[in-house]
Amino acid sequence: MPTSLLWGLANPTRFMALSARILPWMAGLSALVTVAGLYLALFSSPADYQQGETVRIMYIHVPAAWLALALYTIMSASALGTLVWRHPLADVSQKAAAPIGAAFTLLCLITGSLWGKPMWGTWWVWDARLTSVLVLFLIYLGILALWRAIEDPGQAARAVAILTLVGFVNIPIVKFSVDWWNTLHQPASVIRMDGATIDASMLWPLFVMAIGLTLLALTLHMSGMRSEILARRVRSLTLKAADPSAERRLPLGAGSAGAGPA
Amino acid sequence: MMAALGALLIRDLKLAARVGGSGLLGVVFFLMLVTLIPFALGPDLNLLRRIGPAILWIAAVLATLIGLDRLFQGDEEDGSLDLMRMSRVPLELTVVVKGLAHWLTTGFPLALLSPLFGLLLAQEPDAMLAVMATLMVGTPALTFIGGIGAALTASLPRGGLILAVLVLPLMIPTLIFGVSAAQAALGGTVPFLTPFLVLAALSLVAIVTGAVASAAALRGGG
Repeated sequence: MPTSLLWGLANPTRFMALSARILPWMAGLSALVTVAGLYLALFSSPADYQQGETVRIMYIHVPAAWLALALYTIMSASALGTLVWRHPLADVSQKAAAPIGAAFTLLCLITGSLWGKPMWGTWWVWDARLTSVLVLFLIYLGILALWRAIEDPGQAARAVAILTLVGFVNIPIVKFSVDWWNTLHQPASVIRMDGATIDASMLWPLFVMAIGLTLLALTLHMSGMRSEILARRVRSLTLKAADPSAERRLPLGAGSAGAGPA
Repeated sequence: MMAALGALLIRDLKLAARVGGSGLLGVVFFLMLVTLIPFALGPDLNLLRRIGPAILWIAAVLATLIGLDRLFQGDEEDGSLDLMRMSRVPLELTVVVKGLAHWLTTGFPLALLSPLFGLLLAQEPDAMLAVMATLMVGTPALTFIGGIGAALTASLPRGGLILAVLVLPLMIPTLIFGVSAAQAALGGTVPFLTPFLVLAALSLVAIVTGAVASAAALRGGG
């Protein structure tokens, strides 16, 4: 990993300039890939011999589950960046990832529930995988609540970072719950040591959907980071306007740099 | 250093016992919950006997939340927390001692009195002892996980509700193994010792993680 690139972006202004150039391309690409994936998933892939047409829910459900875990991992890496390296953009990245992760977790729960009704005959079971994903959703909600509870962005970022890292114990539990406890939810069938166990005609649409939704999540994440930086600039400008003597304490951009009281 | 920590423990226990402290309120709350549940479920003794350990554990989780929001908040308000931050005693140890004081006024009396509440829930003597043992070993985990939330919300004016939202999801594993150990003692395929040892491990891990995370939160919040 080129650390110089990581630190080059530590300047919020440089990040804003770069992301403004990249963002439209990412948005376009994610729309293109997602539409292609939806076409493959909904029209050109075969129905399952056992599950019939309901198997198509899987093409949304599985990428949503992956992204729910991936965004929490991004959040935890950013939390480390906040606490250990004090990287100025890490807490912005943390804050932007939380609502997106919560949304994908909810999407995963809802699609799973819609699939469970015809297949398992029930909307919800207290199975290990379902329960641990629900707990993941609750942790996301707690993190969102903590962001809203603390006013100073720098202080909020450090508090949330600690909570995020403590909550990270749930991620391996979600991932391996189906292996550790033999419950209703099926075990992993795509990423496993001995190769995927689903047919290529279904694997390809799934991969395209996964790439499309990942691009969508990254686009949303970058755009969320941009609006958070802008919100912090507005905040520090407002503070400056309200109290001109605060100018030295809150130079323009210091709010966005997340520099709390030392 | 030991003298300072001992003094801190005695101070916290005194604060809990005197006017304005939460003292043994946790036990009263525990009794309240154990009384409410049979009203909701109906006085079916067989049903109560079966779900009694679960009721006692849920009551313990909720009772632990009592006074948790004040664990660091009072010290933050009157400035004693600043003294603790500056003292030569590591903040992690201070957190452990404060957690211990909280546990001695909530978790420990709950576990000690749980056989009494077990009587209300038609528990067999064996089951009562099992629940008491699991509460004794498991409630430190609840206190120290809760302590992380208390440290994160120490400087917030209305920390109580958000504290519960933050820490309850993290308490779920403790609840699972606490209840399953208590159920295992009643018979079943799993031996009592397996979930019981996991419960003990959870407590030990929670004490270490809780001390480190709470101290980090208290340092960052200043």
